[in-house]
Amino acid sequence: MTPRRLLLAAPALLLLPPAARASQEEMEAAMRAFTGGVTPRPGRVSMEISPLVENGNTVPLSVLVDSPMSETDRVRAIAVFNQRNPQPHVITMRFGPRAGRAVLATHIRLATSQTLLAVAAMADGSYWSDSAQVVVTLAACVEG
Amino acid sequence: MARVLLNIPARAYPGDILVIRTLIQHVMETGYRPDADGVVAPRDILRRFTCTYDGEVVMEADFSPAIAANPYLTFTLTATRTGTITLRWQGDNGFDQTETRELVVV
Repeated sequence: MTPRRLLLAAPALLLLPPAARASQEEMEAAMRAFTGGVTPRPGRVSMEISPLVENGNTVPLSVLVDSPMSETDRVRAIAVFNQRNPQPHVITMRFGPRAGRAVLATHIRLATSQTLLAVAAMADGSYWSDSAQVVVTLAACVEG
Repeated sequence: MARVLLNIPARAYPGDILVIRTLIQHVMETGYRPDADGVVAPRDILRRFTCTYDGEVVMEADFSPAIAANPYLTFTLTATRTGTITLRWQGDNGFDQTETRELVVV
């Protein structure tokens, strides 16, 4: 392609789909890999994230699960998934017997506006979830 | 050694639930990002964080590239008796760093 042709084709190149990006199906597949095929019920989990994010490079995220964290009734793990980053998985946190509360807070990257899903695995084998919609104005530079 | 910022109480009463905040200096290169020459920079992230106290795992976390640079993590532990809190980060390119703090339970 001559430089002139390339220049003319530039707008079309911008319309090409991004190289790597997770989808709703991939997010659900990653979630099922975490739950062992069980579909989590909504509730008991509360995910806190700003609904409007100005900078996707560091987005504060916290997940709190309603659980007494006793010997028998406790949260085994929390996992967070995303819909449209290159990879659907964000973080998995497994709790041992010394954990005080089922809470996690961290900073994450968001490639674009999307839905996030937090899933909690309970010791009794049940799974609970919460989802959040996030609008991102400046995307994380995960794809340049 | 990467720089680490830790916020861990030094003293506690038995049964107290302590909030632990950790931050470690790390680029968390995603492996998807081209540099100025258009060459995709290879992935360099932390994969695993583990906290142990009183001989047992408090919690362990698996990170993906979606964790922001300089990973920040907050969690809680229940104070039982005087002991060492060990925090360990492991990642790509053989990254392995361990920090310890003494917790006095009165």
